[in-house]
Amino acid sequence: MKAMGTAMKLTPLYGEHKKLGVRFAPFGGWYMPISYEGIIAEHSACRKSAAVFDICHMGEFLFTGDAAELDNAVTQNISGLAEGKSRYGFILNDSGGIEDDLIIFRKAENEFMIVVNAATLENDYEILKKRLRKGDLSDISAETAKIDLQGPLSRDVLKEALGLDIGLKYFNFGYFDILGEKALISRTGYTGELGYEIFINSEHAVELWNKLLGDVRVKPAGLGARDILRLEMGYSLYGHDIDAQTSPDEAGLDMFVNYDKDFFGKSALRVRKGKGATKTKIAFQTEGRRSPRSHYRILSGGKDIGEVTSGVFSPVFSCGIGLGFVTPGFDKKGAVITISDGKNVELKGKITEIPFLKKTSLRN
Amino acid sequence: MDIYYTKDHEWVKVEGRRGIMGISAYAVKQLGDITYVELPEVGKEITKSGVVCTVESVKAASDIYAPVTGKVTEANSVLESAPEKLNESPEDEGWIAKLEISSPDDVNDLMTPDKYKEFLKSLE
Repeated sequence: MKAMGTAMKLTPLYGEHKKLGVRFAPFGGWYMPISYEGIIAEHSACRKSAAVFDICHMGEFLFTGDAAELDNAVTQNISGLAEGKSRYGFILNDSGGIEDDLIIFRKAENEFMIVVNAATLENDYEILKKRLRKGDLSDISAETAKIDLQGPLSRDVLKEALGLDIGLKYFNFGYFDILGEKALISRTGYTGELGYEIFINSEHAVELWNKLLGDVRVKPAGLGARDILRLEMGYSLYGHDIDAQTSPDEAGLDMFVNYDKDFFGKSALRVRKGKGATKTKIAFQTEGRRSPRSHYRILSGGKDIGEVTSGVFSPVFSCGIGLGFVTPGFDKKGAVITISDGKNVELKGKITEIPFLKKTSLRN
Repeated sequence: MDIYYTKDHEWVKVEGRRGIMGISAYAVKQLGDITYVELPEVGKEITKSGVVCTVESVKAASDIYAPVTGKVTEANSVLESAPEKLNESPEDEGWIAKLEISSPDDVNDLMTPDKYKEFLKSLE
């Protein structure tokens, strides 16, 4: 673990992970659990039962002010968002590239929680501070722990382990009594299963974590399993599938951009669309057990047409799956492609659609 | 049969000029769940410290190096359909290849099980 410098941040659950014999790795400036028992077992727990993830590295901001201010700062429509609901969208830069993807929760008429990625937190805060001309923005990441409980049995687990009866619909949230505080529980996640993201005071993180793990149906899962779970759903990972050079349109995520309002980056997106995209997102599946990986090349009839941005071995399909960008015109569903590492790995594949995994407990 | 280990965590069991190689329990633990093993072809000439084959885990693809110089006489085809055998039994059923060793002296600079244990301690 030479890479572990003094600047690496630790979540409130670091000590608990160590007790469980976890494998750690640096992620977005944090020293994060990658796997406990094994990535495939953890993946399976989440698809079939329930898994708990330490997601404390992600950032939370609180904004008190007008929804119109947020409308201007991000791509999603916030003034039209009802209290108790959340929406996924982007912060764009002045060339229409994605500075970050984020979820905004409307807590009250004039109160919002903004959940951002760990590696982009400081940049997001600076951008939002500039764009939100009126109102008050504060970073509440340090005092906010985020623990995700995901899997078809997660509702039952919350009922039995915490005595909570949660009737939330997808992308809805509420406040529930946990360990003497009103914790925000949101029916969202990054796995494609029925699941909840629990935002609780950092002081209660360890106790909540252990309460959830006290239920035999729950396994701790790390970022390794999370990566496979999200990719089976085709969800983008910031820094891999989307970045500051990529527009939502190119990334196949235009449905999270509301063009009926003004927002920062909108005119740049128009200009970009007018010129025609230089790349198009694809999802693909490869033959065999070998995994396609980030930065492998995508070939069509021997011609280099693009690059893989995410790739894993999917335990559900027992083959490789991935996302990537190709030259526009080469993104036809069903088209045969070759994934190559430029050396000796050549995987036969075909362009398909997301989600790879269509039947899950997500909307149960 | 004597068993020896490399610093890259391969093992080789040696009897005269015949050998069996694989990767150690430590290596397997570091790799995590193994999802694919690209087996070497029978007859492949291998050079000590050169690449024999590739093992893929949920995390990464890793090259496996030859502990000795020689030739592959058999590959463990069970690993093709059941790569998890490598996780379950890395130093026995999860062997990767049988070898014909060119020079039995090749093992002289490898580690005995005791030396390897010490080496692993130094990595902690």
